[in-house]
Amino acid sequence: MLNQREIIETLDMIDNQHLDIRTITMGISLLDCSDPDPAAAARKIYEKITSRADRLVEVGNDIEREFGIPIVNKRIAVTPMAIVAGASETEDYVPFALAMDRAAKAVGVDFIGGYSALVQKGFTSGDRKLITSIPEALASTDLVCSSVNVGSTRAGINMDAVAWMGRIIRETAERTKGRDGLGCAKLVVFMNAVEDNPFMAGAFHGTGEAECVINVGVSGPGVVHHTLKSVKDQPFDVVAETIKDTAFKITRMGQLIAREASQRLGVSFGIVDLSLAPTPAVGDSVARILEEMGLERCGTHGTTAALALLNDAVKKGGVMASSHVGGLSGAFIPVSEDEGMISAALNGSLTIDKLEAMTCVCSVGLDMIAVPGDTPAETISAIIADEAAIGMINQKTTAVRVIPAPGKKVGDMIEMGGLLGSAPVMPVHPESSYTFIARGGRIPAPLNSLKN
Amino acid sequence: MRAVVTVVGRDKVGIIAGICLRLAEMNVNVLDISQTIMQGLFTMNMLVDTSGSEQTFPEIVNALNAEGESLGVSVRIQREDIFDAMHRI
Repeated sequence: MLNQREIIETLDMIDNQHLDIRTITMGISLLDCSDPDPAAAARKIYEKITSRADRLVEVGNDIEREFGIPIVNKRIAVTPMAIVAGASETEDYVPFALAMDRAAKAVGVDFIGGYSALVQKGFTSGDRKLITSIPEALASTDLVCSSVNVGSTRAGINMDAVAWMGRIIRETAERTKGRDGLGCAKLVVFMNAVEDNPFMAGAFHGTGEAECVINVGVSGPGVVHHTLKSVKDQPFDVVAETIKDTAFKITRMGQLIAREASQRLGVSFGIVDLSLAPTPAVGDSVARILEEMGLERCGTHGTTAALALLNDAVKKGGVMASSHVGGLSGAFIPVSEDEGMISAALNGSLTIDKLEAMTCVCSVGLDMIAVPGDTPAETISAIIADEAAIGMINQKTTAVRVIPAPGKKVGDMIEMGGLLGSAPVMPVHPESSYTFIARGGRIPAPLNSLKN
Repeated sequence: MRAVVTVVGRDKVGIIAGICLRLAEMNVNVLDISQTIMQGLFTMNMLVDTSGSEQTFPEIVNALNAEGESLGVSVRIQREDIFDAMHRI
């Protein structure tokens, strides 16, 4: 039998260290919902989602009860809507977002992702219509999340899309200004987007995926933080081994839940995402892990190295614990969703420039960062371009989710509530990037040899 | 189905008896028990088999919660798999 210490260790992780399954995300293909008649397409989208996911929440709740492990979110990811809607004879794609929102509410999930377009090399007419509609779609729905992939290591960066997304983000903030620009929290601009990511706002069900799959995201910054306290002042070899051990345990649990959920739903198991996802709760912070390694405050010199070690050790520990690993798999560093990051940003030790450096060594990118409401669209585009360049050259996923909070200036706080948290408005460089962004065109795909 | 019952709370007479009686009423078989006092707290882990019970798992959970409440201790029951996944390769 299990010994008492093992049982208590697991219960302690759940009760006191915020161990949970962050999300069970069902990926659903909507490729068979295309229709020249937009109303028919919207109806098919609603029916497909509600019939596939009707038991998702119930099964999630059952598993939660039987295993005694919290499952924080149940979510749905669908085929990028620009592809599904492309066949419909309409200029207005908002009804498709409304259909997604209604379906998500009908089955009781927390979010639905996939109001997305993949434009790394160029735009189809469907992509253009979808991107145009994003501000309206996010303002008129509650649960819909949107993402746009603007580049890839193989295709380079679509700078026309980068320029456009700067304007779309500003417009989305304006359309949701009554809620501090909340719409922008549901909009991600990606480089090298992955097709099986279970985390929001960037989840979508790629065209290379099966008809319907279950992907699971685990979480456990609090557990990693707690175990690191037991190896104070020890060399990094010990730190790395300790993180690996913990990541293994966390991921084994994720694998168990993923297998159980897919069996009960009669849906194939996709992947476990190894990401360390923080929440605004005290004791569930990635920043505090970095500080536990010996940094006075997250953002100071040494932060990038600490994060690189953490990210790599989490993957090494987790990869053996699961039969299929995928998604984003790495430590997340969203500012508003991480109590330690918020504190470091308020303190001034964590800046956007440092966050950008940190994104070179972790998953995913500049995430949930509030910037002044009057930040020019071109500056936002330039932030996206920098982040995309990091992803392109390093062959990794990067992303930008910034909130130009309407009417807010540096030092103000924005409140988004729940897991989205709150964030201090951080300064951006005042010097203009206008002429740079105005060039448009594409940044060519990079050389993948002669690495230096 | 095998599950782990964990009971934690202030020690008093009759905790084991109360929990075991309730399990017996539901025809849940006890396979193993370990009990100790840790940091002044009564702590008990039991491995049980629910396959002979006519109650559903949520019904067993509710019955144990109610028993725990009347005894003034926290009781939970979880499938054994979650512990095995974490601690056994």
